[in-house]
Amino acid sequence: MTTKLFGARIRRSEDPRLVTGNGRYLDDLGHDAYEVAFVRSPHAHARILDIDVSEGVEVDGLVAIYTYQDLDGRMGEPLPLLIPHPTLTHGRTQHALARDEVNYVGEAVVMVVAVDRYVAEDVVGRVRVDYEPLPAVVGIDAARAAADLVHPDVPGNAAAVMVQESGDAEAAIDAAPHVLELDLSIERSASMPMEGKGVLARWDSDDESLLVHTSTQTSTSVRQAVAAKLGLPVDRVEVVTPDVGGGFGVKIVHPWPEEVLVPWAAVRLGHPVKWTEDRREHFVSSAHERAQQHHVRVGYDDEGRLHGLSVRFWHDNGAYTPYGLIVPIITSTQLLGPYKPGAYRVEFTSLYTNTVIVTPYRGAGRPQGCFVMERTMDAIADALGLDRAEVRLRNFIRPDEMPYDHGLIFQDGRPLVYDSGDFPASLDKLTKLVGWDDFEAYRAQARSEGRRVGIGLACYVEGTGVGPYEGGHVRVETDGTVVVSTGLTTQGQGHQTMLAQIVADELGVPFDRIRVTTGDTRRFKYAVGTFASRTAVMSGSAVALTARKVREKALRIAAQALEASVDDLDIVDGHVEVKGSPGATIDLGAVAVLSNPLRYAFDEAAARATQFATPADPDTPPVAPGEAPGLEGTDFYSPPRSTFANGMHAVVVETDPDTADIKILRYCVVHDCGTIINPMIVEGQVHGGVAQGVGGALYERMEYGPDGQLLNASFMDFLMPYASEVPEIEIDHLETPSPLNPLGVKGAGEAGVIPGSAAIASAIEDAEGIPIRSMPISPSELFDLRSRRSV
Amino acid sequence: MKPSPFSYHRPRTVEEAVELLGALGEEGKVLAGGQSLVPLMSMRLAAPAHLVDVNHIPELDTVAVTAAGVRVGATARHARVEKDAAAYDAAPLLRQGLVNVAHPTIRNRGTTVGSLVHADPSAEMPAVLALLGGSVELRSTAGSREVAAADFFVGPMESALRPGELAVAATFHRPPPRSGSAFVELARRHGDYALCGVAALVTTDHDGAVTTARVALISVGPVPVVVDVGAAVHGTGTAFDTERLAGLLDAAIDPEADIHATAEYRRHLAHVLAARALTEAHEHAGPTRDERAS
Ligand SMILES: Cc1cc2nc3c(=O)[nH]c(=O)nc-3n(C[C@H](O)[C@H](O)[C@H](O)COP(=O)(O)OP(=O)(O)OC[C@H]3O[C@@H](n4cnc5c(N)ncnc54)[C@H](O)[C@@H]3O)c2cc1C
Repeated sequence: MTTKLFGARIRRSEDPRLVTGNGRYLDDLGHDAYEVAFVRSPHAHARILDIDVSEGVEVDGLVAIYTYQDLDGRMGEPLPLLIPHPTLTHGRTQHALARDEVNYVGEAVVMVVAVDRYVAEDVVGRVRVDYEPLPAVVGIDAARAAADLVHPDVPGNAAAVMVQESGDAEAAIDAAPHVLELDLSIERSASMPMEGKGVLARWDSDDESLLVHTSTQTSTSVRQAVAAKLGLPVDRVEVVTPDVGGGFGVKIVHPWPEEVLVPWAAVRLGHPVKWTEDRREHFVSSAHERAQQHHVRVGYDDEGRLHGLSVRFWHDNGAYTPYGLIVPIITSTQLLGPYKPGAYRVEFTSLYTNTVIVTPYRGAGRPQGCFVMERTMDAIADALGLDRAEVRLRNFIRPDEMPYDHGLIFQDGRPLVYDSGDFPASLDKLTKLVGWDDFEAYRAQARSEGRRVGIGLACYVEGTGVGPYEGGHVRVETDGTVVVSTGLTTQGQGHQTMLAQIVADELGVPFDRIRVTTGDTRRFKYAVGTFASRTAVMSGSAVALTARKVREKALRIAAQALEASVDDLDIVDGHVEVKGSPGATIDLGAVAVLSNPLRYAFDEAAARATQFATPADPDTPPVAPGEAPGLEGTDFYSPPRSTFANGMHAVVVETDPDTADIKILRYCVVHDCGTIINPMIVEGQVHGGVAQGVGGALYERMEYGPDGQLLNASFMDFLMPYASEVPEIEIDHLETPSPLNPLGVKGAGEAGVIPGSAAIASAIEDAEGIPIRSMPISPSELFDLRSRRSV
Repeated sequence: MKPSPFSYHRPRTVEEAVELLGALGEEGKVLAGGQSLVPLMSMRLAAPAHLVDVNHIPELDTVAVTAAGVRVGATARHARVEKDAAAYDAAPLLRQGLVNVAHPTIRNRGTTVGSLVHADPSAEMPAVLALLGGSVELRSTAGSREVAAADFFVGPMESALRPGELAVAATFHRPPPRSGSAFVELARRHGDYALCGVAALVTTDHDGAVTTARVALISVGPVPVVVDVGAAVHGTGTAFDTERLAGLLDAAIDPEADIHATAEYRRHLAHVLAARALTEAHEHAGPTRDERAS
């Protein structure tokens, strides 16, 4: 019997290659290519008066200098607004190279192509751009005040105002026994993958085709975008993702200016061209996220049950809105977490600022929403003198209320309906794991040693696996190898392993005979991309359905060869067997040979297959109607709507009574992503997420000066946590299958990051007895809060 | 993040290096461990036309312990100084400071003398030199000069080194008998430059009562700030009066705000960390080995 791989702790098949330094990232490719560097705006807001390249052209090794004036055809138009929305009344996108105005420090103004990056940077240093500085709008306060405007034709700096309501929230709050109001805010951070972006383009002038390698989360969409921008037929453009050193959201945005400029230059120059983003560029020209201010009004009863919740918030979308309103829409809907809010009203304003654009970063608006809801829960518990876990329990949606319809519209444009989940069971696991009920004894003991400790918790629900679809292709080669392809991309999550586990079980083949390719448009043309914790749900389901189809075909062919009924066959270890009849077997490689009537005996498998070949009927075509040669298949999975995973985190912190240093002593996670395909991979995803959550809570922020200069654009001052700052993570799982897909799975990719700020704020507040309303928090800020309290 | 063009020189002797540096003047820069200089060049914040790599001069790669103290050659890595048992014996503060310098991989490349020359006001080793006392030996075509620790640190990122000079070694004095030391700091992340750090050196009499107490603070002034805190020692000689200590420190430090901490917080940290460092140093102070043996 083949053992079942679905659910097993299989080691990641990609790791031996990656951890021994044999990955092939974008910058490992294209050593023959010209390299690109950009002149980027040093001003947050300015008019471009003149560009003088005369000194630059003197440099040996320069190939070309391009400005906006050189961009022809659709290259000269603004980049696309990918996800329009009716409420996005004032959407704006940038040009690939700035036309006459720059709107953030880092916006690309001039493109330099040279024999290598060193020379390209030498030239960049010699290009003179004359600017007329304009007033910069930096931060949400300035954007709301709107004394100055980012875009002169966008009044109030407001890209959008959106309201959703379920019931009459204000009336419910007014009628409730208790009312609380809170102001809560979260600072900017960013995805910060270890590998920045990068693009390599090769133009084949004989074939009139373009091959683009790019470090993206969506190769299929980059392909469409490049073809459209360059005016090329789509079938003349292929886009391949090599190994990608992390994405976390920033690489789902497409096309980045560089993603069209590099191919455009390659065609123009008839020579391969490459751009590898450096860290400083990444800080000032790739996307950020998170900055939001929120005002909460909540009405509740003596039991702590919510009657009505009204949230207004202000979202900083940066200088442009290429990715629409996805982040604030997610905050506005996912804020509700596992709770029934009573009546609910949410209104957000999405604001322009003269800073780097804002697009989804792992969690995508959920960390903010979770922070808002969980701080509200803690505030209610505090006001009523109730246990914080108990207040949550009382407000949970119960398992027998599933599926639960919130009466709102989610990010995918579909109703916000939770498919499954058992929140009381999750909370019970968590409080046991962390020892919630015994904490007071621990606190007392710590106090007697002069130590100050606190505990906090936070719960979230995450809509995962958004549509519209994802596909799979599975082919059995004549040597028995199974090649699997899916169109979405991978950034190190372990997709190859996870998808191979699914196919191994569905098809009955050994794990090590399966090769998985992702994100290569030469192999698979129709795909959406890797974001929204969707790969296991979408591509996992798609390859499962495809493998089932291929299995059916294999059985059909084998039945004929073995002269048995399909119902009597099984596939075990890569061989089709007649159940209960040992010896009557044919391997899948041979079945693959039989599937193709053109059967030159190139190899052993083909020669062997002839013994099974049934005499051809002279009156029927060799390929029967409705059949196709080859043991392969393609199928797609398209869900009715998202599936909702959930999780709960509990944190124990210690705060130094003298230095205000904050240390995490324990970090406990209970996680429910439906049926688990590979617990080791899920735990790895949770670990990485928690690390980013810790970063967002205690370390990371984009420190903009009032003039729009990013003051900490390096890893020296942008404090990403090291391994030494991330605590050991204790995990327990709950598996509540999703009824929406064939595997019962839910997404797990983003989960770990979501409740970090909420849970850690809760713990610090518990340790200090000072309300924590804004995250991240540094020791200096905690010291400040203490000083202000003692005055 | 690629450096602008430069010429690279690899002298094999100190004389050759000094000749080169003399000829290059302002155009030349010494390359030691490269842990500070190379990032600055990659970000084009520094663009020396010539780099003089001193890593291939065998005579600079030394750590020597004498009666006077520990002499560290220009290419001795932080890690080597940190692990040198004799150096630790002579002046424990060297290791106590070094374990706070960056991360092991950086200490494997970065040099202690380079760190002194670089003169970052947040760096640990300048404070160690300032507190222990000692000197830096500078060589040029004009000859040698020895600059005392107290005169070596001129301002933020500015030492007494002149163009054309090579720092060949630094000597850290051995503390007096019955001394104890400690280095306490608070950094945002493990291994980062400190928000505030304090090196303490305490000497006691035969009964363990404090006779002298001094601290050197980092990240609270343009150079390491050395403060004699003897006046804050309790009459009993066994503890420190924290209020008096704070007063003495406040008179000497001048912290600034940056994106990681307010000036007020740094001032507060100086008080807290100095008290902790002094207490720890006092714990380490005590009878000498000979006294214990008798
Ligand atoms: C991530 C990171 C974290 C760090 N954290 C810390 C920290 O917490 N604390 C800390 O103290 N340091 C820290 N450092 C700096 C590290 O200690 C450096 O190694 C040190 O400051 C400089 O030593 P170096 O040998 O690398 O000098 P280099 O980088 O080679 O040179 C630095 C400067 O000194 C000059 N120079 C060097 N040696 C000589 C010489 N013999 N004669 C004349 N001029 C010379 C060079 O010309 C250059 O101007 C960190 C570095 C990194 C990369």
